[in-house]
Amino acid sequence: MEATYNYKVVRQFAIMTVVWGIVGMLVGVIIASQLIWPDITMQLPWLSYGRLRPLHTNAVIFAFGGSGLFAASLYIVQRTCHVRLLSDGLAAFVFWGWQLIILCAAVSFVFGVTSGKEYAELEWPIDLLIAVVWIAYAILYFGTIVKRKTPHIYVANWFFGAYIIAITLLHVVNNIELPWMLGGSTSLVGMFKSYSAYAGVQDAMVQWWYGHNAVGFFLTVSFLGMMYYFVPKQAGRPIFSYRLSIVHFWSLNFIYMWAGPHHLLNTALPDWAQGLGMAFSLMLLAPSWGGMMNGIMTLSGAWHKLRTDPILKFLITSLSFYGMSTFEGPMMSVKTVNALSHYSEWGIAHVHSGAMGWVAMVTIGSMYYLIPRMFGREEMYSTRLINVHFWWSTIGVVLYIAAMWVAGVAQGLMWRATNADGTLTYSFAQTVNAMYPFYTIRLVGGIMFLLGMLLMAYNVWKTVSIGRVVNDAAIPQAVHA
Amino acid sequence: MDSGLIGASVTVLFFLLFIAIVWWAYHKDNRKKYEEAANIPFEEDDTGADSRHL
Repeated sequence: MEATYNYKVVRQFAIMTVVWGIVGMLVGVIIASQLIWPDITMQLPWLSYGRLRPLHTNAVIFAFGGSGLFAASLYIVQRTCHVRLLSDGLAAFVFWGWQLIILCAAVSFVFGVTSGKEYAELEWPIDLLIAVVWIAYAILYFGTIVKRKTPHIYVANWFFGAYIIAITLLHVVNNIELPWMLGGSTSLVGMFKSYSAYAGVQDAMVQWWYGHNAVGFFLTVSFLGMMYYFVPKQAGRPIFSYRLSIVHFWSLNFIYMWAGPHHLLNTALPDWAQGLGMAFSLMLLAPSWGGMMNGIMTLSGAWHKLRTDPILKFLITSLSFYGMSTFEGPMMSVKTVNALSHYSEWGIAHVHSGAMGWVAMVTIGSMYYLIPRMFGREEMYSTRLINVHFWWSTIGVVLYIAAMWVAGVAQGLMWRATNADGTLTYSFAQTVNAMYPFYTIRLVGGIMFLLGMLLMAYNVWKTVSIGRVVNDAAIPQAVHA
Repeated sequence: MDSGLIGASVTVLFFLLFIAIVWWAYHKDNRKKYEEAANIPFEEDDTGADSRHL
């Protein structure tokens, strides 16, 4: 057993990445349609916007992104440590545990069970389950690093390690809550209801310290770990600067933790905390762009590969979107800009340029690299279809974010417009009415992105059917020590 | 010690720490070590086909 890698758990997570990607993005398309045609789900309470929206965000972040991260991290840690995972049992537990959490989440959201904290809506029994599975993952991951055969821990593993530790901290602190049951509730719904341990502005601050770092660590640091392995591998050359990656790692981790208050600018949060959040957010630009340049410059001397290799196109385009959204983020954290952008569709544009452009595209590229290897093949069934997928995704994202940018700025300006006597120029309903054309363009972009995922599913299906399942792959003898 | 002084001290401390990290990462004694580290992903041949014979 010792002379092989565990590919089974990687394969399972890689396949589920595609499945959950389709589910999560389909729900996104449904709620985007609801904003144009409010009665499209026939007023069924289970399919109402308020219930499906957290289902969408949780499915794409934790089911699609999460599965992709499990697949990538468990593959990379083995291949860069030259050793099999610590335990097959623990690996299976993490896979099935995570799938169970996703199913529980989907059911509870549809039935309206929520704690109301954004990206942490799951109620206390599921929170406990997440804690158990996450600790198992941490043991599996760090245990594998401990028994590694290589002297140095490759930088991708540093990023994954920081992600695992930070998510543990964030999940535990933000979900300290009191089940209503302990307060004497005997109703069935009351079984699952809990209240946050924090109150008022402290609750808001803890929530957005969590919320921002969920973006920072679950959606950034971890996917950078993916980037630091798959970009060099697909480009066939080592990372542009390993030294820069060290500075990138430490500065990103130091700064991210303090930027959360930018979600609460111009609120009841004390002014010093708002200023702190804004200052750290502006500083974030430096390590973010350092990391982006490090990834893109890895191609220097091999730019021609971008013309022919659609997997590399996915990876490098994802880095461009990473650069765009990490420029936009600090800009939106400036109080005066935030006064216009906050609560408007601009926020939706920003989060989707990060989530679709960066996170989804780096994941898709990485899965196109991983999946054939899990089935004993050198490449996917069709490289041409990967290229079609690339263009559909890119055009889809651009339509999506461009529409929401224009919508957001228009909305922000309409909200703040006043007449000479100080009254508001536009009623709220008028601002909603102005959104329809943009919502329609956004829907078209979202559908294109979803269709791209369906194309991926077909390509994966064909790859699976002509390949053969690899549960254990031989550890090649290292060419040199 | 008031909170302003603590804040200022921590800021200076973190700045010095950052300088130390940059100095450590770019020190010429570490050049070879990091070049080798950058090549870790390329130490083994890993096309999908190589697992077929298993």
